[in-house]
Amino acid sequence: MEIGLAHYLTLSAILLTLGIFGIFLNRKNVIVILMSVELMLLAVNINLVAFSTFLNDLVGQVFALFILTVAAGEAAIGLAILVVYFRNRGSIAVEDIHHMKG
Amino acid sequence: MIIATLAFYLFAALTVASAFMVIASRNPVHSVLFLILAFFNSAALFILLGAEFIAMILIVVYVGAVAVLFLFVVMMLDINFAELRQGFLQYLPVGALIGLILMVELILVVGGWHLSPDALKVVAAPITEASKLTNTEQLGGLLYTQYVYLFQAAGMILLVAMIGAIVLTHRKRPGVKKQVIADQVYRRPEEAMVVRKVEPGQGV
Repeated sequence: MEIGLAHYLTLSAILLTLGIFGIFLNRKNVIVILMSVELMLLAVNINLVAFSTFLNDLVGQVFALFILTVAAGEAAIGLAILVVYFRNRGSIAVEDIHHMKG
Repeated sequence: MIIATLAFYLFAALTVASAFMVIASRNPVHSVLFLILAFFNSAALFILLGAEFIAMILIVVYVGAVAVLFLFVVMMLDINFAELRQGFLQYLPVGALIGLILMVELILVVGGWHLSPDALKVVAAPITEASKLTNTEQLGGLLYTQYVYLFQAAGMILLVAMIGAIVLTHRKRPGVKKQVIADQVYRRPEEAMVVRKVEPGQGV
């Protein structure tokens, strides 16, 4: 059986769902939430690269590169905020983060 | 062709399984390690798709930098993970429900969708055969010509992220001696040394 575009799209749909599911499941743990966001971005990348290959268009891979860049920056900033928050409060429980009453 | 099919199913199954372990494992260090496994398997999928450069970048950037950053943070912060895990099962039903609905919707969209034959005519940058030009060369040729401004913007994003991370985590510690270059530059000989006439046979 030939592996088509639909196979890759299904895989990335499953990965995206697992990422969203992870955010719901680990609502207290910011680190796992950040990892779930990384999983969702990986699903987006798989989508873009699969479309790029099956449509024979290289632009999808260029976009995947940019998403990779943004994901790396987001992880760095997120973890930096996490470290500062832990230094100030001694905890990273998401439920305690309500000082700004947002 | 059968080998490519089997390889796809192997890597896809491993990716999904390790992604599930990322969100379900008890210990966050294990989560990070499973995240690394998921990245490796999806890099293999990218190679199957013919995107070697993205696959290598995925390994270098994600496994080499981002995942190790996560590992550092998990290990450096002294966090009580057992406490964070309380109420884990409480969120399971609603999360599973939303996840299931979303997955069914997405798979229905993917299943009932097919490519228009006209879509192949509007290709912006067609991929040439790998025997003529490698994937990396093609990507470089596109990135450094047509997308050079976006490429620079990506560099700016990384610079801002770097400066932001440094500024956020930097802290001033009292009692640490630091080099003050301005003071060193403005130091004059008159205030730095004293010339004394020393008589022979006597001390200063």
